[in-house]
Amino acid sequence: MKKNFSFLIIYFLFLGPLSSSDNKTELSEIYKNLRCLVCQGQSIADSNSDFAATVKLVVQDQFNEGKTKDEIYNFLISKYGEWIVYQPTFSKSNLLLWTLPYFIFIMGGVFIFLIIRKSKNNKAN
Amino acid sequence: MKISIPKIIIFSFTIFLLSVFWLGLKINHNYDTKSLVGSKISKFYVTEINNENQYISEEDLKKNKYTLINFFASWCSPCRVEHRYLMSLSNQNKEIKIIGINFKDKKINANNFLKDLGNPYDFVGEDTDGKISISFGIYGIPESILVNNELIVIKKIIGPINQVQFNDILKSIQ
Amino acid sequence: MLSNIGISLVVLVLILSFLIIYTASLDLKTSNKVIKKNIYKLSLFQITFTVLSFFTLIIGFINSDFSLINVYENSHTAKPFFYKIAGTWGNHEGSLLLWVNILVIFSYLFLVFNHKHDKKFRLYTLIFQNILILGFLFFLLLNSNPFNSIYPIPLEGLGLNPILQDPALAIHPPLLYVGFVGCSIYFSAALASLLSDYGGRLFAQSIKIWVKISWVFQTLGIIVGSIWAYYELGWGGFWFWDPVENASLLPWFAITALMHSLIVLEKRNTLYHWVIILCLSTFTLSVTGTFLVRSGILNSVHTFASDPSRGIYILLFLSFMIFSALTIFFLKHKKETYNFNLRSRETFILSNNWFMAFFLVTVLIGMLYPIFLDVLTDEKISVGPPFFNIVIIPLVVPFMVLMAIGPKFGWIKSQKKIYNRILLLALNAIVINLLIFYFFGKYSLLSNLIFIAAIFLILYSILDIKKFFNNKNKTELPRIISHLGFGLLVFFIGLNHQFSLEEDFNLKVGEIKKINNYKINFEEIKIKESKNYKAVIGNFKLTNFDNNFVQYLNPEIRIYSNPETLTYEAAIKTKITSDFYLTMSNVSRSDYYNIKFQKKQFMIWIWISALMIALGGFMQLILKKNED
Repeated sequence: MKKNFSFLIIYFLFLGPLSSSDNKTELSEIYKNLRCLVCQGQSIADSNSDFAATVKLVVQDQFNEGKTKDEIYNFLISKYGEWIVYQPTFSKSNLLLWTLPYFIFIMGGVFIFLIIRKSKNNKAN
Repeated sequence: MKISIPKIIIFSFTIFLLSVFWLGLKINHNYDTKSLVGSKISKFYVTEINNENQYISEEDLKKNKYTLINFFASWCSPCRVEHRYLMSLSNQNKEIKIIGINFKDKKINANNFLKDLGNPYDFVGEDTDGKISISFGIYGIPESILVNNELIVIKKIIGPINQVQFNDILKSIQ
Repeated sequence: MLSNIGISLVVLVLILSFLIIYTASLDLKTSNKVIKKNIYKLSLFQITFTVLSFFTLIIGFINSDFSLINVYENSHTAKPFFYKIAGTWGNHEGSLLLWVNILVIFSYLFLVFNHKHDKKFRLYTLIFQNILILGFLFFLLLNSNPFNSIYPIPLEGLGLNPILQDPALAIHPPLLYVGFVGCSIYFSAALASLLSDYGGRLFAQSIKIWVKISWVFQTLGIIVGSIWAYYELGWGGFWFWDPVENASLLPWFAITALMHSLIVLEKRNTLYHWVIILCLSTFTLSVTGTFLVRSGILNSVHTFASDPSRGIYILLFLSFMIFSALTIFFLKHKKETYNFNLRSRETFILSNNWFMAFFLVTVLIGMLYPIFLDVLTDEKISVGPPFFNIVIIPLVVPFMVLMAIGPKFGWIKSQKKIYNRILLLALNAIVINLLIFYFFGKYSLLSNLIFIAAIFLILYSILDIKKFFNNKNKTELPRIISHLGFGLLVFFIGLNHQFSLEEDFNLKVGEIKKINNYKINFEEIKIKESKNYKAVIGNFKLTNFDNNFVQYLNPEIRIYSNPETLTYEAAIKTKITSDFYLTMSNVSRSDYYNIKFQKKQFMIWIWISALMIALGGFMQLILKKNED
């Protein structure tokens, strides 16, 4: 028990300097999900281009009006195409993208399960 | 080697993958918004550059058979190069109305620009902070959009208008 | 003259490769148990000329010999000495020559250090490796020759890009290439193993050290790349799921899986065909990654200037590699029986491979999907960080749990005594996480699970270290360090993500911005003229209200004249608990500056944890050396 307590105290002291407020603003998250059209592979958050600055203004306005993340994304997608958002939409054409990794994961699990079961049968024989 | 189903699947999949890579080499990888041609423009509200009581909205575009919306700025050199095509369009053609939207510029510079090179625009709007350009899907200057009276985008010209695009515009509005 | 020397050396290596393949093929047919002496001699000449050719190019860069197009395009007389040398491999053609060097060096070392192993196996490995060498040499000579010359000789070079003059960026490619290209030797060895029927434990022992070496270098290469991106690129991040980054991650997953499976192959003489598949996949992924990055097919921040002819050649080579490997594999594939108990170390190692395969496939699909969609349907979409994070992160939770308890299980079968400890540590982890959650900040359920799993892994590793101090058994220590490093990495990345501060705002000189308990005072702008650039330096005073701590931050905008570029230098103050990160860029046609201020929690611990992972691998290399 004493050992565990000392662990806890060490963690406490170490984490003391953490700030406790909610710092990752949603706005920042939106900027990071938008792609800069005139840059080579940068987000609106990271780019210093004029285009990025203008988009930030528009996103800020809509955000302050109370629009949700998805509404802002859909607005920009209707103007610039799906390419402008880094997170692919959950549409029919992206179905394979979102499901194939998990499908393969499940297949892998099934495979291992079968190997173990076959091993058990081999043992039994 | 025995021919079995898994082997056929793996070989076929590999051929498929490599073919896609091959085809992928041929296509252009710079993104542009040309795919947005055919979409409808949304509501907008632009005030006149010299008179904030005057404005134009999407309703006004319905009155024209065709409208060319041109984003320009006095500090943009390709805008100077394309300007003569705009002048030519405004002189020749009564089928098409031309709206100029002055992007992230100062009123006095814009006015001087139009005084020097001529004013082809039926209306000059101001977009000092650039936000209006976003609602038109603009990402660079100059950029022009040709819309019809149903507010459908018929043409997007990204960059300065050149001779070929000028001819295309004329053809589209016949 | 250097051009002629260089090309002659490369052609000599080409001829030698042909000779090696020829003599090795002949020697295969003899019944001698020992490899012919002249094959060793040929290999020695091959490695000598290859390394000499690379030195020739380096000399070209040091002397600023602009008669070589490669030096002209990528160097400059005003470049500092160290960066002139680094310029050798910092471009497409030079890096290709480095690839050839590593292929040849590994070929030679494998030949020379494997006396104990079967002759046919070693000869086949040599043959396949040299076929790979030939492939790259033809590519180099016909398409991407670093020794092409230009006349008249230009007086000055073009290559003075300041972004490329950085120590981390200088060593990052060589580190990665030893990883990427080192995989080639066990690709060749795998094919050799199939053709010479040399499998099982002995095969595992022959390639073990090469797998570990390539793993350590690949890990370090990726880490150094991240460190460079953080300190130099000015966005404050260290991983963007950019195509080039992903291309280096794909082989890493495969090598990690392979490294773990080799343990099973050696200990229990099973999983042979799976190990072969992994060996073949690793180098294939390296070449695929190279194809994706250098052909221009993917949009990225870090692409080399792309050229479609490169893409065509690499694709042909890749196709040839894949089809040959598949054919040989299917020809020689035999059914293997498995004997796996659920509660055994083998099964847990298999589950490591299961997760590695999932991570690999996710990254691969994420990279390739936009290409597929574009080619097949003409739709253009982007797949970026949100996709990878959403799909991968949830599964890191069970992965870390398995990482902690897997090594506790013995080979073949294991007892039940472990479960009490697992339960106790899990409870501890949950309590610690709840304390963090309660006292420091609210976060999502998923983040809770991540923290619990990471702390669980960390606690388990710490207990293992205590056990090590008791019984001094060195064999487990590298694994403990690497696994602990991984747990810490996830833990600190989690803390960094939850508790960092980030603000993007516009400010004029003299203005003040308040963010939470910090005040940023934009005091002044200074202009400084330096040797080859003009710097606009911002002086920002950062004050912490809570403890009156004051820090000055000086970000810069640098205007270079030759070539005309603009760079943004972030002001970074690294401390034990957090980094302060400030970048400044001017808003065109305005007095305002766009400021991005970040307080990045525990940043330096992220680097330390990542390096710990590599350290474990490095320790294992050294310990094995001492045993032999």
